[in-house]
Order: sequence, then C-alpha cells, then structure tokens
Amino acid sequence: MSNLKNLLSAGDLDRDFAIHLLDVAEGMADVNDREIKKLPTLRGKTVVNLFFEDSTRTRISFELAAKRLSADVINFSAKGSSVSKGESLKDTAQTLEAMGADAVVIRHHASGAANVLAHSGWINGAIVNAGDGTHEHPTQALLDAFTMRKRIHGTASAGKGLDGVKVAITGDVLHSRVARSNLLLLNTLGAEVHFVAPPTLLPANPSNWNAKLHYSLDDVIDLEKPDVLMMLRVQTERMNASFFPSEREYSRIWGLNGERLLRLKDTAIVMHPGPMNRGLEIDAVSADSPKSTVLEQVANGVSVRMAVLFTLLSGERATDVS
Amino acid sequence: MSANYILKNATLVDGTIADIAITGEQITAIGTSLSGIEEIDCTGLVALPGFVDLHTHLREPGFEQSETVLTGTQAAAVGGFTAVHAMANTSPVADTAGVVEQVATLGREAGYADVHPIGAVTVGLDGKQMAELGAMANSKAKVRVFSDDGKCVHDPVIMRRALEYVKAFDGVIAQHAQEPRLTEGAQMNEGAVSAELGLVGWPAVAEESIIARDVLLAEHVGSRVHICHLSTAGSVEIIRWAKARGINVTAEVTPHHLLLTDELVRSYDAVYKVNPPLRTQQDVFALREALIDGTIDIIATDHAPHPIEAKDCEWSAAAFGMLGLETAASIAQEVLIDSGKSDWARLAQVMSHNPAQIARDEEAGQAIEVGSVANIALVDPTAKRTIIADSASKSKNSPYIGMQLPGRVKHTIYRGYFTVRDGKLSAKGRA
Repeated sequence: MSNLKNLLSAGDLDRDFAIHLLDVAEGMADVNDREIKKLPTLRGKTVVNLFFEDSTRTRISFELAAKRLSADVINFSAKGSSVSKGESLKDTAQTLEAMGADAVVIRHHASGAANVLAHSGWINGAIVNAGDGTHEHPTQALLDAFTMRKRIHGTASAGKGLDGVKVAITGDVLHSRVARSNLLLLNTLGAEVHFVAPPTLLPANPSNWNAKLHYSLDDVIDLEKPDVLMMLRVQTERMNASFFPSEREYSRIWGLNGERLLRLKDTAIVMHPGPMNRGLEIDAVSADSPKSTVLEQVANGVSVRMAVLFTLLSGERATDVS
Repeated sequence: MSANYILKNATLVDGTIADIAITGEQITAIGTSLSGIEEIDCTGLVALPGFVDLHTHLREPGFEQSETVLTGTQAAAVGGFTAVHAMANTSPVADTAGVVEQVATLGREAGYADVHPIGAVTVGLDGKQMAELGAMANSKAKVRVFSDDGKCVHDPVIMRRALEYVKAFDGVIAQHAQEPRLTEGAQMNEGAVSAELGLVGWPAVAEESIIARDVLLAEHVGSRVHICHLSTAGSVEIIRWAKARGINVTAEVTPHHLLLTDELVRSYDAVYKVNPPLRTQQDVFALREALIDGTIDIIATDHAPHPIEAKDCEWSAAAFGMLGLETAASIAQEVLIDSGKSDWARLAQVMSHNPAQIARDEEAGQAIEVGSVANIALVDPTAKRTIIADSASKSKNSPYIGMQLPGRVKHTIYRGYFTVRDGKLSAKGRA
C-alpha cells in the first residue's frame, strides 16, 4: 500500500490510497488525544521544512507532525526568488541532500517547484508539497477531506470516501492551490465539486475541471444546498489588479455572513483553510458558529501530516507514482 | 577554369536529378556528367538553397556564456543555414551603427554563414524612443530588418512612425506581437492546461490584438510589416484576412510551434518555456495549414540559447527560449514533405527564398541555378536521427532531445565552401 515516494499532487492519490491515508490519520488523531502525544516511529529520520514563502501555520503543523513521530526537524527558511536573490533551488536541494534529509517538505512561490525538486535528481529524500505557487497544496486537501469525513461519519469514518457529498468552494479559485488540490481529491473520493467566484477569479478555460462553476453564492446556497461550504482566502492585492472593484462589493456578493449562514441546511458545515480575513470572505458570526470547522481543520492538519510523513518514511519506498 | 566541386546526381527541388558544378563562390553549371576537381556523390540527397534564418539569437555581445557569433553560426551551418539574422537583444542592445557593425564583423570573421544584424526599433528595446534606424541602415551592416524582439513595440504611435520611417531604405519592422498588460507575469499558454497547473496564462488575444492593430497600421501608412513567431490559430486568421485585403504583411512560424504543445508543460521542465508559449494542438494544426497554403511565409527558428542554470530551476525562474537551428530543417520536412501535403519547392521557399526576400538579402535565398551564389544545403530525407544534447551551439536547451526527427543535413556549402561535410562541421570557417 505504501508505495508512494513523494506527495506532489492530490492527483497522485487513487481512491484506495487516499482512504488509507485518511484512516492512518484517524489513528494519528488518537495519538494526539493522548496525554503523551508521541510515537517513536520516525526516530532517526530527518525532516526538513524548506519554506521559500512565509507560512507559519503550515510550517508549524508539519513541524509538530514530524516531532510527534519522533523525527528530527530542521526548518529552512529561504525567502525570495531563487535566481535573482542568492542561492538557487538546486543548490539548496543539493545542500539538504548532502546533510542527509529523509524528507523535504517544500513550500514555494513557484507553481511546480515541488515537481522540479522531485524529478531533478538533485535529491533522494521524499518530497512533500506544502504548497507550490497557485498550483497545489495536497495535505490541505487531505485535512479538508478528513474533516468532512469526520463531521459526516463521526467515529464510523474509517474506510469511507465522500460519495455524494456536495462541496461548494467559494472565492479566489483562479489563484488557489487549495481549490486545485481539493478538486482532485474530492473527485477521487466521489464528492461533487462546485466552484463559486466572480468570473475574473475563475480560469479562462476550465474545460479540464470536473466541477460546476457558479457566479452566485446565493443561488448555490438556495438551489444546490451544499453539504460543505468552503470559503477561500481572498488577497486584497487582487482588488488592485482589477479582479473585483472593492472589498465591500466582494463581501456583499461572495462573502459568507450570518444571513447566508442561516440559509444553509442544518447539517451543512463551513470550512476555511485559514488564515481568515474576517469581514471579507467570512464574517465573525459564520467563522465562530457551530457549523464552522476552522479549528478542527487545524487540529486535523497535524494528524493528516503525521499520516503522510509516516507513510512516506516508514514504508519501503517503491516507485514514484506521480 | 574547371569547377572546384561537382555535386553528382543531386535531386533538385523539382525532382530532377543533376550534377551541380561549383566554381569559387558560384554555381557555374547544372547538367549531367559534369566533371571537376572534386566530385561528391550526392545520390539521394536533395539540393536546397542554403537556409536563411530571419530570427536568430546569437547572444554576442553580452551573453557569451549562452552563445557567440561563432558558435551560433556553427550551429546554423550544421542545420543547413548559410545566412542568419541576429536579433538585437544583446548587451549592449544592437540599437546603433557601432553595435550592428561589430556583429557583422564577428560574422565575417567566423566564416560559417552570412550574419545580418537586426537593428532595434527603439533605444535599448525600451519602446519609447526610435533608435537611429537610418544610421544602422546606412552602416556597413546594411540593416534592413528592425525588431525589438523579446519585447513588443506596443506604443501604437512609435509603431506607426517606425513603419513609416523604414520606407526610406526599404526596411521592415519585425514585430514581436505581445500586448504587455495582458501578459504580465505570463508563464505559459492560457488554456485548460494552465488552469490545471496554476501557471499564469499568456492569452492568445495578447498576440492577436497586436497583429490586428499592426496590419491595420501597415495598411494605413502603406508600409510592409513582418510578424515574428505566429503561435495561434487566431493570428493565422488575421494574417489571412490582411493578405486577402492586400496588406503588405509577412509572417513567420517557428519549428517548435509547428510541433510541440502546451501539454509538455505538465512536466514543469523549463526546457519547454518559450515566448510566445507553446499552444494547443488546434493551433499547431492551423499553423501547419497556414505554412502550406502560403498564409505564413517562412519558418524562422527563434534559436534562443540559454546556459544550464537558466533552465535548471523552477519554471517561473527560468528563461524563455529554446534552441532551433540544428533541428529546423527536420521539422520543416516533417510538416511539408513527410505529411504528403507540400513539396521541396515550398520548403525551399519558406526556409530560404522568402526570408531572404523579406530581409532584402540579395545574395541569399537564390535558387539552385547557374549564376547563383553557391549556398546549398544537401539533405538526406530518408535519414532518421534521435536528437542528442550534444550540439554545435554553446547551449543545450533543445526541447527535442530524445525525440526522433526525420532527415539530416549531410553537407552545407556556404559561398562555395563546405562548412559541413558528411555531417561534420568544418574546423575552420570560410576565410
């Protein structure tokens, strides 16, 4: 089962393997509920968090995950573009290889950076994509799926997919690695994906995407009645590039507020990958409501990343499935 | 005076088989049973006029780590070229008579092909102030083609003035059609694949809108205009419309846009990063059809050497551009000959006659006939070769490495001198 060398894309995972990872994460979640939150599994292994982009949340989540598995963790922060400012990705990778990294968790501003690292021959360790540009963020998709499964199936989650679950992902889909990874994994697990965004924040040609696209959040809430409403972070610099006219207009049309929250069906959940812009894509009432899974997502992130590191590093490394 | 060389039993573009006599720099006889000092068996080889590249980045001065005039023209010779036009985006930019004369001199000293510098349209390729086009035209380099290639002459007033101004010396503006605002940060073709890969898209409309504007400007001021590296089906439609309307426009396509698509970007291998970007299969089909039917006039390589470190990195940090000189004839053969849709005469037009005519190179692109300058590429069309990284170019950023391409340039004769013989580059250029 554990024949994955790298985790670069949510599309690397077939259904059985994705469910297996989520099941392993269930076991990790139990560890995280114990008094002594530690397993000896990865003792002697070295995990490097290679972050070319600031992301405290993702970094500490991976750091905690590795530490709870008893791995040694090194944080390598390398900001700035590789060619214009100092060391190249290649030199950094080869340096880490020389130091004997067993896994490299990479966050990079360039789409495809994790793929390049994995296929360049610069490094032998396992590569985990912790977000590459506007491309993918597969562990986010796993923790989102884990969270949905847990809310829907509770303690009976093991072995289950997300068949028939209707997920509406709202916001800056065009620039979102969370949206891309969720699309792939949710498709694999049998969920139905809807994207909701202003037309400027959807791709010009989404023909390869197995998702339904909408411009109206109100219509999606009232007509589609989603089981999951996931709000994406909207970066205010998009406004300056004319993707939308103002924060207020965005918030009025595509933001989740208390009034829209009430129209969701009773069992629906509200998700957000964080960090939230409260008052822009989501208001305080929604963010703090019982429907919100924001903090569960954070906790589940550690369990899912433990499962990923455990699976990549403890098993035999067979072929690269990506 | 007896001929220096007799090319025995060569196949001419019309299919006839003949001997070609070369004396000094000239073709002095075509016939049967000719004799001379040295006879070379050319049975099965197609004799084509030496190829002329209207779009070559030789990188010298300034970027000699990528290519020099010497190595670039050596790669040209290997590819069957006997003339290249060196793009202006060097450092310093070729925007003065001094720089273009230097490049021309380096070309003469190398002796592997005629080197015609292309002059920048604007000072420093900055798009703001017209460069001294007249000085470059009147220099020893006799510049006739002007381009800010790599950048678009996007200001419509500057473009209009440049189109008008070069009429004084029968020059032409070669436009790199790329609307800059629509392509800020662009990394690849905007389409279904860019949506998946999360790379910033380079929309077709950014090319097509500039071409539409420029053909209308050319019509308005009665100038000729040349469009570099067409990459989209929509651009083909605009050129077709403009030609039907009688506008004096010519267009080029690169070998890579005739063969490769944006699906290759899925690898995130930066060897496929090029500007304009690789497009879709539909675009490839439209470009091929346009080359065959005459809408597109020429194949030009856009040979763009880059050092290893400029490609051995994450996609967005990598340089745009790919090699093309040594593989262009093979791709032309695949598209025109092996497809069964055209013929060697058309290949000679798009690889030699037409680019020479657009650039007003009087001594290049001449048909294989008595009195012509002896610029000849002898191609073995039956050969198949797998492209390897080893290259006459100083750089290795060829997207074709590992691919099998048809045809091989067996001999290249440049002004009566074998720059390539039996597939091997001559150690020395023509004196």
